Amino acid sequence: MLELIVISTLNGVLFGMLLFLLSSGLTVIFSMMGVLNFAHASFYMLGAFFGFQLTKWVGFWPALLLAPLLVGAIGMAVERYGLRNTHKHGHVAELLLTFGLAFAIEEIVSMIWGKTPLDYRVPALLDFPAFTIFSTNYPAYKLFMLAVSVTIFVVLLIVLKRTRVGLIVQAALTHPHMVGHLGHNVGRVFMVVFGVGSALAGLAGVIAGPALVTQSDMAAALGPILFVVIVFGGLGSLPGAFIASLVIGLVQTFAVALNGSLASAFGPLDPAAGPSVLTDIWNVTIAQVAPIVPYLLLVLVLIVRPVGLMGTRES
Amino acid sequence: MRKLTLAITLILPMLGHAAQAEDTIKIGYIDPLSGGGASVGEGGLKTFQYLADELNGKGGILGRKVEIVPFDNKTNPQESLVQAQKAIDAGVRFITQGNGSSVGLALEDFVTKHNTRNPGKEVLYFNYAAVDPSMTNEKCSYWHFRWDASSDIKMEALTNYMKDIPSIKKVYLINQDYSFGQSVRSDARKMLAAKRADVQIVGDELHPLLKITDFSPYIAKIKASGADSVITGNWGQDIALLLKAAADAGLKVNWYTYYAGGAGGPTAIKQTGLDHQVFQLTEGFANSGNPSAMDYEKAFRAKVNLSLWYPRAVNEMRMFKAAAEKANSVDPVKVAAALEDLKFEVLDGGTGLMRKDDHQFFQPIYISSFGKLAANEPFDEENTGWGWHLVSKVDTPQAMVSTTCKMTRP
Repeated sequence: MLELIVISTLNGVLFGMLLFLLSSGLTVIFSMMGVLNFAHASFYMLGAFFGFQLTKWVGFWPALLLAPLLVGAIGMAVERYGLRNTHKHGHVAELLLTFGLAFAIEEIVSMIWGKTPLDYRVPALLDFPAFTIFSTNYPAYKLFMLAVSVTIFVVLLIVLKRTRVGLIVQAALTHPHMVGHLGHNVGRVFMVVFGVGSALAGLAGVIAGPALVTQSDMAAALGPILFVVIVFGGLGSLPGAFIASLVIGLVQTFAVALNGSLASAFGPLDPAAGPSVLTDIWNVTIAQVAPIVPYLLLVLVLIVRPVGLMGTRES
Repeated sequence: MRKLTLAITLILPMLGHAAQAEDTIKIGYIDPLSGGGASVGEGGLKTFQYLADELNGKGGILGRKVEIVPFDNKTNPQESLVQAQKAIDAGVRFITQGNGSSVGLALEDFVTKHNTRNPGKEVLYFNYAAVDPSMTNEKCSYWHFRWDASSDIKMEALTNYMKDIPSIKKVYLINQDYSFGQSVRSDARKMLAAKRADVQIVGDELHPLLKITDFSPYIAKIKASGADSVITGNWGQDIALLLKAAADAGLKVNWYTYYAGGAGGPTAIKQTGLDHQVFQLTEGFANSGNPSAMDYEKAFRAKVNLSLWYPRAVNEMRMFKAAAEKANSVDPVKVAAALEDLKFEVLDGGTGLMRKDDHQFFQPIYISSFGKLAANEPFDEENTGWGWHLVSKVDTPQAMVSTTCKMTRP
C-alpha cells in the first residue's frame, strides 16, 4: 500500500507539474488580456512536433531550446497580427480567433506529420531507471521532466515577483492604461507575455512528447483539462494555477489507484433485483470514473467558489 | 450559361465515377486513420491494399479489379455510420472493418437495417477483428461475416493453456471500458473460476478506450496487487503504452494478451526484457512453421515494410474471391449465400469453416510467446531481434463454440 502511495504521489506530482507548465502561460495571458486562449494546447502540440523534428535534425538538447523559441515566435506573431487586430471587436472575436486557430493548427500538423503517433523517443542519455523504490523503477526521464518543470516555476516566480520586468507585467495586468501613461509600451508587453506563455506550452510539449504520445490529437486530449486547472486555481492567479495543477495531477492519479465503489462501501445489491442501470452505477469503481473527476471538481468549484482557489476577479 | 457549364463540369466527373464503379469492386475500409487507433488502422489499410494488389495481379475477382477505399471513422461508432453511408453513396457494396467492437456492433446494425430498406442494393459487412461474442450470438446478422476468432473462443484457448501452468496464482485483469473489454473480463473470470478455482483474481480494471497516454498509475496498481500474471484484451496504443509503462517501471509479470503483436507492442516488450513471458493469441503468426505462410510473410514484409498482423485478412479476401467464383457473381446477396458453410484452407495451414448458423469463421488458433528466436524462426518484429515463438496450437474442432444466434434470413 505504501508503495502505491509513494509511486502515485510521484506520478501525480509529475503530471501536475506538466499541467502547470501549460496552465501558467494560459492563466497569465487570460488575466492580462482577458483572452481565454483556446489555442494554448495547440502550442503544446506544436512544441512536441517541433521537438520531434528538431531532434531528428540537430538532436534532443538543441531541440529542447529551439522548439520552445520557435513556438514562442509563432505565439508572438499570433498576438501581433491576429489578436491585436481583433481586440477592438471585443472578446468574442478574440475567442473565436483562438478557437479557429486551434483547429487550423491541428489540421496543419496532421497534414505535415500525418495522423499516426510519431516515434519520438526519450534521449539515450536519459533512458535508464533513475532509482528503484520498493522494486519499482522510476525512469530518469521523468525525473528530468520534474526538474525542468520545477526550475521553470521558480524562474517564473522570481521574474514576476522580484524583477522590474515582473513589476511592469503585474502592473499591466491590473492597470494597463496607467502603465501606458508611464511610458511603457503595453502592446509590446502583451506580445512578449503571449510569446513567453506559448513558449512555455511549447517546452511542455517538447518534454512531454517522448513520455506521452506525440500525435495530432494530443492538443484536443489535454485542452479541456487546462481550463479546469485555471478555473479551479482562480483565473489569472499563478500560485492558484500551481496548486490547482498539483491537486488535479494528484487527484487523477490517486483516483486510478482506488478501487472503491458504492458496492464495496454499502455491500452488493440484492441479486434478486436483477441487472439494471442501478447495478452499473452501484458497481462502478472510482478508478473507472477517474477521467471525469477533474471536471466534477470544476463544476463544484464554480458552484461553491466561482473565483477559484486564489482568484480575485469576479469575471 | 455559366451556371450550366459549372453544373456540367461538376456532374460529368460523377458520371465517369459511376461508370467506373461498374467495373471495379469497391471495398470500403472503415477503420481509424487518426487518433489512438490510427497505428493499427493504418497497418490494416496497408494490408488490405496489398491484398487487393495481389488479387488484381492475378486477374482480380471474376475479371474485375478490386479497389480498397479508405474511410476514417476515428474509432467512433457514430462517425462510422456517417462514413458507411458515404461509402455506400460512393458505390461500395462490401464494407470491411475491424478495430473496435463498439464500431462493429453499430455497423452490423446499420448494414442489417440498410439491407431491409434497400432491397436490391444490399451491402455485406466483412469483419476482420471486432470480436465481441454478441455479434455472432444475440445480435447476429445474416449480412455480417467474421473472420477473427470471437473473444470467447480466444479466452477458451487462453485459459486452457493457463490452467496447466501451476505457477499462475494471482491474476490481474486490465481491459478497455467498452463492450469488448467487458466481455474479456467476464469470460476470463468465468473460465478461470471453472478451470482453476485456486487462481485468485487480484485486480479487475477497466480504463477508458484509447484515451490514456500514461499507464504508470495502472502499472503501480498492478505492482501493488502482487499479481504474477496479467490478462488483457487491449489493442492499438492501449497495449503498446501499457507495456511501455510496465517496461519503465520494471514490472515483472507474465502477460497473457490478445494483441501484443500490434504496432509498438514488440518494441515495448523488448524494453521490458521479459523473454518469452508475453503471450498473444492469433490465427497465424510469422514463425508458424508453415512454409507457404512464411514465404507469404517474407513477400509481404519486403513490399509493405510491416509484419503481417492480420493473416485473417488474407483469409477474408481469398474467401471473398472463392465465394464470388462459386456464385459466379459479385452480387452481395449471392456472395453471402456462397460464403455460408464454405470450407477453406487458411493461410497458416488447416481447414477453416464459415459456420452457417452465426457466420463466425472457425480456424486453428495459436498461442505464441515473444522473445529470443530459435534457429528455424527467421522473423523478428520491429527490428528488435526478438520474435514470436509457437507455444500451443488449438485445431479447428477444439476452437469451436456454440452459438445462441437465431438468424433472420432474407
